[in-house]
Amino acid sequence: MSALRAITIKEIWALLRDPKSRIVLVIPPLLQLVIFSFASTLEVKNVDVGVLDRSTGTASVEIVNRLAGSRNIGTIQRLRSHEDLAEAIDRQEVIAALVIEPDFDRAFASGKPTQVGVVLDGRRSNAAQIVGGYLQQIVADAGASVRGTERAPPVVVAINWFNPNLDYIWFNLPSLIVVIVSVAGLSITAQTVARERELGTFDQLMVSPLSVREILIGKMVPPFLVGFLNATVYLVVAQVVFGVPFTGSVLLFYLGLIAYLMALIGVGMFVSALSMTQQQAFLGSFVATVPVILLSGFASPIGNMPQWLQIITYANPARYFLEISLGQFLKAQPAAVVLGELWPLVLIAAVTLAAAAWLFRARME
Amino acid sequence: MGDAVAIATGVVKRFEGLAAPALDGVSITIPTGGVTGLVGPDGAGKTTLIRILAGLMAADEGDIEVLGQAPGEDLADLGYMPQRFGLYEDLSVEQNLNLYAEMRALPDDEREKTFERLLSFTDLARFRERLAGQLSGGMKQKLGLACALVKRPRLLLLDEPGVGVDPISRRELWAMVQELTADEDYGGMGVLWSTAYLDEAEKCDRVYLLNEGKLLFDGDPSELTGSVADRVVRLTGFEQRRRRLLTEMLDREGVIDGTIQGRSVRLLLDEPDRLAGESGFQLEPATPRFEDGFIERLGGGPKGTSQLAEAYRTVAGDDGKAIVAKGLTKTFGDFTAASDVSFEVPYGTIFGLLGPNGAGKSTTFKMLCGLLTPTDGEGAVAGHDLRTSGGKARAALGYMAQKFSLYGDLSVAQNLDFFAGAYGLTRSGAKEAIARVVDVFELGDVMKTNAGTLPLGFKQRLALAAAVMHEPSVLFLDEPTSGVDPVTRREFWTHINGLVEKGVAVLVTTHFMEEAEYCDQITLIYRSQQIASGTPDDLKQQAADMAELDDPTMEDTFIAMIEASDATREAGEAAA
Repeated sequence: MSALRAITIKEIWALLRDPKSRIVLVIPPLLQLVIFSFASTLEVKNVDVGVLDRSTGTASVEIVNRLAGSRNIGTIQRLRSHEDLAEAIDRQEVIAALVIEPDFDRAFASGKPTQVGVVLDGRRSNAAQIVGGYLQQIVADAGASVRGTERAPPVVVAINWFNPNLDYIWFNLPSLIVVIVSVAGLSITAQTVARERELGTFDQLMVSPLSVREILIGKMVPPFLVGFLNATVYLVVAQVVFGVPFTGSVLLFYLGLIAYLMALIGVGMFVSALSMTQQQAFLGSFVATVPVILLSGFASPIGNMPQWLQIITYANPARYFLEISLGQFLKAQPAAVVLGELWPLVLIAAVTLAAAAWLFRARME
Repeated sequence: MGDAVAIATGVVKRFEGLAAPALDGVSITIPTGGVTGLVGPDGAGKTTLIRILAGLMAADEGDIEVLGQAPGEDLADLGYMPQRFGLYEDLSVEQNLNLYAEMRALPDDEREKTFERLLSFTDLARFRERLAGQLSGGMKQKLGLACALVKRPRLLLLDEPGVGVDPISRRELWAMVQELTADEDYGGMGVLWSTAYLDEAEKCDRVYLLNEGKLLFDGDPSELTGSVADRVVRLTGFEQRRRRLLTEMLDREGVIDGTIQGRSVRLLLDEPDRLAGESGFQLEPATPRFEDGFIERLGGGPKGTSQLAEAYRTVAGDDGKAIVAKGLTKTFGDFTAASDVSFEVPYGTIFGLLGPNGAGKSTTFKMLCGLLTPTDGEGAVAGHDLRTSGGKARAALGYMAQKFSLYGDLSVAQNLDFFAGAYGLTRSGAKEAIARVVDVFELGDVMKTNAGTLPLGFKQRLALAAAVMHEPSVLFLDEPTSGVDPVTRREFWTHINGLVEKGVAVLVTTHFMEEAEYCDQITLIYRSQQIASGTPDDLKQQAADMAELDDPTMEDTFIAMIEASDATREAGEAAA
């Protein structure tokens, strides 16, 4: 027991006293909190839209007025011709443009079916798609109000469950816990063995009576604690600072977190056992971190990936923990559902840890 | 100033974070022709001074003139060989030479002639196509030298060309440089040869002795050896155990320094007839060495009694063998790194594994301390079989590596805490053990300092402290004192000798011949085979008979045996 305690304390000191790893502990979590929660909101606010109004009747003016009144739209650029429009989109002055043809008001007044054209900047497809939705709704609303009450068109009322106001912070922060735990867990674990190899302390460690199991456990504690601490800070900050509701069970969240950390540490330890220098370990952890995050469903929904890639995501532990984190924050996911995500996570952890231990032994010579 | 290629006066260089300056008012003159030695232990400031002369680093203070200009101005006439070979390991010997020829703008028509001359000179012509990374340590250094000589320099700076090179290659390198300075083609070239090996200093024309950034001596090396000339004696024919006699002698007034040399004890005295007329031993004069003078300048070696050993438990001196190697063999793929190595080490003795780099001594050493699993054969440490109870064997041994291998980012106290815990000491046991080593090694003032920033001497002490805190019965030392100053080395061996007297068994690998003298038994490993075994005196005798040498040193012995082994093998190959 004293040996295990000694190596654990030593590993914690090694992490805290190395200036480079101290930076890894502090900077990425802060940076990501700022970037992901403020800069990269997936919501579309304050977009500039162009209008090519060649009709200028009551209905078209109503549309433009509504557009100007929308809280999602910043400024409206009046366009004079199709060439104007092409140029405004091309220069990214506007993300979308509304085209109202000269016979619009006449047709509208006579009750014929009418159309409003929308040109979207396909280069920014995600945002453009959302703006397209806004525009559609605004045009429909305008049409209804001009016609008065006599023939109200059917209105679609969409309610977004779990995130009624479609506040992207609500989606971002629970996902961010997954990202930050992944980055910290992988990069810290990947350094542990590689650092000893590079600095020449590895042999000294291996001739001590510490068993391989004790060494591995000792090396797993610091990344585990860091991941645990990061997740806890985010759990609190998300609720207190950003007002994201936590509707599920803290216990289930932590169960998922522990299983996820074990799976990650297994991957990190594998990378570390493979690396001879800290630089190799750093590159290795980068190579591992990118697919873990990209294939988790955070950046793009798993359902949108090609079939073969979807199959691969089943091996990605982040996929399950993301589900658990979002589930516990927003959906009050019951234990039975969490268990369905938890067992694959435990299975992956068992595999990665066993692989890491095997590689560590194999690479001792 | 016509006959000096470089002159530096009052050079001071400080590095951030270090209290003491790396160079503290050093002055040096490198004359044309001949070899100037820059001698000193690791961390003395040799590399810093060479880098300043090469123009790679600016001095904080001092006047420096290299080839009549500021350093870094006249690079065309400067040859520089950095410590870690400035070679490209993935290029062949020829490609490396080509690269240096390009960089030095050697005219194309001279290239082939120059290469041929350099390759035959360094005896590398056979390896033209071989990748530099696959050359042995000695051959790499020779290639490094050839690259520095592509264009005939007027000043050649060699930063520890002897590091990581076995004694044979070291001698060859030295002979090459010597030959260069005599060569008319290189007429007037000044060579600066830096080294931590004090025996190399004796061969230089002029020596600058650096220690901790300060110049301790400059002048003809024979001046320094001459200053101790009639005060070095050898004691033979005594009854006592030699380690005990050395301890007694060192504790006496008037004995400045002492070492073990095979069965005899070698002493440096403050007055020539300090021991005259005493009985119990025979007294004969010994050849003074550069190191004797160095030690005297440093204020003499430590006293003989080791406090560490005084406080150490007595290791039960039963008849059991501390270390047993029986037919140890290790193969990596189709390469045999160690073949059928067998020996036994009783308690209370020192056993030495000697051999050139890559010969298999490290492999044998690593098998016995459990870092490598033997392919074949058996090993046991303190009665524990390495295969079946490796953990127990590891708990019984203390290990100290050549490179400082404690945790540099951790404080001294944290390092000691860790090793006490790792060796399973209880809380109170750990406290006691730490207090003991802190007291013995005087670590009290540096407990909170990061181990990595300690001066070299303290690192050495800390490493030994960490290795013996759990009072092991067997100690494994891997080139424990390479590069440290002689006083620190004496201090280290005083402790080891004391521990051995308490019954501890020591296995040491070394290519430092002075360390070999401390051994009771030696085995010489070459090309994965044990080519000779015996006491240091036996081996010297064998070598003397074999090569018809008169009173050979340990290094002569080593070289004679390896050459004999090569000759036998070549004869065998020729016959086959």
